[in-house]
Amino acid sequence: MPDAISVAGLHKRYPAVHALKGIDLAIRRGEFFGLLGPNGAGKSTLINIIAGLTRYTEGEVRVLGHDVVREYRAARRHLGVVPQEVVFDPFFTVREVLRIQSGYFGLRRNDAWIDELLDALALADKADTNMRALSGGMKRRVMIAQALVHKPEVVVLDEPTAGVDVEQRKSLWEFVRRLHAQGHTIVLTTHYLEEAEALCERIAIINRGELAALDTKEALLARGIGRTLRLTLTTGEPLATLPPPLASKARRIDGTRLELQLEKGADSIIAVLDALRGEGATVVDVAIEEADLEDVFVELTRSAGR
Amino acid sequence: MMHYGLYTLFYKEVLRFFKVLLQTLLAPIVTALLYLVVFGQALAGRADAFPGVGYVEFLIPGLIMMSVIQNAFANSSSSLIQSKVAGNLVFILLAPLSHLEFFAAFVAAAVLRGVLVGAGVYLATLPFVDLPLAHPGWLIAFTVVGAGVPAVLGVIAGVWAVKFDQLAGFQNFIVVPLSFLSGVFYSIQALPEFWRALSHLNPFFYAVDGFRYGFFGVGDTDPLLSLGILGAFLLVLSALTLFMLRTGYRLRD
Repeated sequence: MPDAISVAGLHKRYPAVHALKGIDLAIRRGEFFGLLGPNGAGKSTLINIIAGLTRYTEGEVRVLGHDVVREYRAARRHLGVVPQEVVFDPFFTVREVLRIQSGYFGLRRNDAWIDELLDALALADKADTNMRALSGGMKRRVMIAQALVHKPEVVVLDEPTAGVDVEQRKSLWEFVRRLHAQGHTIVLTTHYLEEAEALCERIAIINRGELAALDTKEALLARGIGRTLRLTLTTGEPLATLPPPLASKARRIDGTRLELQLEKGADSIIAVLDALRGEGATVVDVAIEEADLEDVFVELTRSAGR
Repeated sequence: MMHYGLYTLFYKEVLRFFKVLLQTLLAPIVTALLYLVVFGQALAGRADAFPGVGYVEFLIPGLIMMSVIQNAFANSSSSLIQSKVAGNLVFILLAPLSHLEFFAAFVAAAVLRGVLVGAGVYLATLPFVDLPLAHPGWLIAFTVVGAGVPAVLGVIAGVWAVKFDQLAGFQNFIVVPLSFLSGVFYSIQALPEFWRALSHLNPFFYAVDGFRYGFFGVGDTDPLLSLGILGAFLLVLSALTLFMLRTGYRLRD
């Protein structure tokens, strides 16, 4: 059975930039997959190549086994893409937009599915409203309906919640979870790492056009990034410097508050507390925070950039 | 070939210009009638351009074809640049449409708008001037091919331009001069030799002259030759456009 998306040896060179430097990636059918990376890392270029919006320089990209260039019709029929920017055609109503998009995919009578989408995305009462009259959040929901109008098996959402309020974001994720439960493969790029952590099964991190990591969420979180120790201290004299073993671990010293980054398996909290007591400090509060995806992301993208 | 996809894109383009028909259909008709009033009045006493054909009668087919040309160009070019600048062209590019279907839909819709504006100008002048219809077959052929050339040019301009300013340049420095200097207002027989020869390089001259032949049965050039040259322009421009679309030039960079 072919992968939902397979990318092999993918390069994209612009005159001044080598945007993708040999990406290899396979997204399995039915996966909820996260594609993360800092701005300008190459995420959107990769998605645009998968969608056929950008031509690649070298490599191969397939959607459900169909080459996105040679078999573009089959590849695009299986793929629904929600672009990052909120864009719309100001000439048409919501229903017209969805009927037209259906027609592009060769679907003549698609109103039953269009109505279902409008209901699911809370747009039913806006069906005959011109696109110009919709709020930003509604326009984004219409874009999601446009991406799903041909019932694609693979759905790519490029930063779908950027600028969307908390309530709408929640209902959007409920909708996307439902799609996933129905068997759709979901590929998500987002800047909200907690979203990726909550939703995605596997995650790829792209940095400077290269794949910095590709693993399950659990494996990424267990990469030995460590944990954060936050302490509140009282001292006779404010701590001007930390004892040498702790200085290299300090992330922040702010009066009586101290934040240390501890390495998993190597650093002991007791040893830290003992070292501080040795300097005459009294520890009045301790908080421990396990590494989250954001820490992993920062670590991976920072180290690759050194 | 995905017929329904092509039809949908064509339908969308037609629906687009019908949604703003004051601007896309009615305004050009009024503009053509204003030309007719001004030039018809100012030059009414001139000697007949063709034997037995008064200046106003001579002028009307030229104005119709000029309207066809300018509106066919405006439709494909403005639709493309608007969709590019607004970003909604992405929804067409994401669809499983071939470059040939993309091309055919944009050109067909632009031809239709040109023909509708031309028909509107013709119908609006009917109560005032009784034009003969010597060769309806030639009329139809020159209308369609004459609209096809600027429609394709509009696709080229719309794909090439990345901002409205560039499109305005293409329109004002290429399409408008070529359409004005195509023998709309005069017979090229009245021009000095150099300008007459230069007019033969202008594809729109053949459209206007052949179209006029359809009404009066006389023209500056043999209609078969005119249609052949116009058709050759259409083929060459279409081949260039299809190449641009197939390679994704400025659309799928």
